[in-house]
Amino acid sequence: MRHIGGIPIALAEREGLMESYALLIAATLNAGTVLAIAALGLLINEKVGVVNLGAEGMMLCAAIAGFAAVVHTGSDLAGFLAGMGAGALLGAIFGVMVIYLGTNQYATGLALSLFGVGFSAFVGISYVQEKLPPRTQFEIPFLADIPLVGAAFFKQHPLVYGVIAFVLALIWFLYKTRTGLVLRSVGESPESAHALGYSVRRIRFLAVMVGGALCGLSGAYISVVYTPLWVEGMVAGKGWIALALTTFATWRPARILLGAYLFGGVTMLQFHLQGLGVQVPSQLLSALPYLATIVVLALISRNPAWIRVNMPASLGKPFHPSS
Amino acid sequence: MTVLNKRSILKIAAISLVTAAALVACGKKEEAKPAAAPKAEPLKVAFVYVGPVGDGGWTFAHDNARKELEKQFGDKIVTTFVEKVPESADAERNFRDLASQGNKVIFGTTFGYMDPMLKVAADNKEIKFEHATGYKTADNLRTYDSRTYEGAYMAGVIAGKMTKTNTLGVVASIPIPEVIRNINTFTMGAQSVNPKVKTKVVWINEWFNPPKETEAATALINGGADVLMQNTDSSAVLQTAEKMGKRAFGWDSDMTAYGPKAHLGSAVINWAPYYIKSVGEALDGKWTTGQSWWGVKEGAIDMVNVATDVPDDIKKRVDEIKAGLKDGSFAIWKGPIVGQDGKEVLAKDVVADDKFLGGIKFYVKGVEGKVPN
Repeated sequence: MRHIGGIPIALAEREGLMESYALLIAATLNAGTVLAIAALGLLINEKVGVVNLGAEGMMLCAAIAGFAAVVHTGSDLAGFLAGMGAGALLGAIFGVMVIYLGTNQYATGLALSLFGVGFSAFVGISYVQEKLPPRTQFEIPFLADIPLVGAAFFKQHPLVYGVIAFVLALIWFLYKTRTGLVLRSVGESPESAHALGYSVRRIRFLAVMVGGALCGLSGAYISVVYTPLWVEGMVAGKGWIALALTTFATWRPARILLGAYLFGGVTMLQFHLQGLGVQVPSQLLSALPYLATIVVLALISRNPAWIRVNMPASLGKPFHPSS
Repeated sequence: MTVLNKRSILKIAAISLVTAAALVACGKKEEAKPAAAPKAEPLKVAFVYVGPVGDGGWTFAHDNARKELEKQFGDKIVTTFVEKVPESADAERNFRDLASQGNKVIFGTTFGYMDPMLKVAADNKEIKFEHATGYKTADNLRTYDSRTYEGAYMAGVIAGKMTKTNTLGVVASIPIPEVIRNINTFTMGAQSVNPKVKTKVVWINEWFNPPKETEAATALINGGADVLMQNTDSSAVLQTAEKMGKRAFGWDSDMTAYGPKAHLGSAVINWAPYYIKSVGEALDGKWTTGQSWWGVKEGAIDMVNVATDVPDDIKKRVDEIKAGLKDGSFAIWKGPIVGQDGKEVLAKDVVADDKFLGGIKFYVKGVEGKVPN
């Protein structure tokens, strides 16, 4: 923003700086959304006692599925649905193995992750040079026109707002509804839930599929909206960060969202600082998002009792009705 | 506690096997073409890539050149490639494998293969090794590189004219002389047509990470840059510019298709002339060690698909630069060149030699920020 006749340069520059802060906030919300969607999916998995280390692989497969769907149909919605479908399908395969066949959750999850990386690269070969139809810029009428605030908050993809609504809905569902209680009890004490007549394995299986679908939605968001292209390995570790977020956020939906924004914010901030010429080694800046997220979330959850209350007691443990 | 019984161990083993099989099936190695009834035994040529051939940039350019090479020599040669070989102990094993499979010319296409290749070359004197971007040689190991900065200069000339904010942005990878040189040369090109230009740089400390490249590009645009360049391997920067209504360049490979509205031109590397020369020499028994650094002159560097809205005088200037580099009448790194601190780094009329170019660790005037150490 150049200075306009009459306005002192300092003021004009401050205005430019303010605007760049507004854009920083906008970029933060966008970056956080990717992580939050996947982490909330993994939270649902973990609430029923299943750890799925396959997030990265599921997100990659969903990214290529979503990208391919948009290439062929031209519709972003089709892309999101394809991504969710791919995620749910892989979630289902994972679920059959760990829930019905009783395989080790960690080993199976790692295998799924490795498989997803390789498989997505394999099926994606012919899509490497493809491009998507022009991307739409979203904005909320009237609100987007407010100076600074509009640029910061009201020019986002609908999913950015969708994830906030979803967190509220999830909190209500998990803590205020009977179904939510059943879901949590399956993760806390599958034996009790079973004794009460609930099908532990079916509930776990459904939750794992829903979790997979959300990881898939996040993957599709990456390849369709966030970085609209397909190259192999493009999720670049976001699945692992989402996994870590669920633990650091002590399995609380609202904290996951905050943690995701924090991580996204510090990620964007390091580039922003570099752009401003701040003299911090860029290697240290690259490590900053991880460091900041770990420190803040560790501080929030430093109370061991709090962790014990929130961590699903049967996390990672298989359940067999006859045992 | 989970008790591992015999059945679950078997299941885990089965899953591991299936996964391993799937990964192998996904293909690390690919026999490119079986020789069709060879009269003489065809020369076996192998390539080792650091990235996936599908990166759309660096490795993609190497693999296109490999295909050109096959076209050139037909059934006189057989080529093989191994992709995604990390710059670690794994690299040495791969080179040894390829050597034992009877390959007679082996190309390694990233800096980090330098020491592994040197070791394997010492044990396989009859095989010719070609190492891209390195500096160590042996009797049967030589190096080759391309003058990517020539492409960066031409991109700069276009960028300097097309910027409205007089602020350019570069998404940079790893702070080594090659990348710093490209940032400087890009800025020098821009200043040659628009002295007011400033360049902002954001380092991501990786060659290939599309989401990070996107975030860095977004930060640069938010900071006022309206023309972007990148020294990373994917097309994410160009795509981000497309999405945000700014301009950018393709790098290593032609990236027009990724961002048709944003695309100002692609600074491409064509490795084919060198590969054809090298294999030709090996076939004729004329291969000797050495070091090559090819640019526009040898057909290794080009600026392609310049956007239609770039003014004609700038297009003409780009063509003049190409012609000047070809016949040697124009040198990019010719003094006076002033460093960021205002001190002269190259005196008037002095042309930098390759040693100078290989050791650039400073920013020239007009680049903002500090070089990470």
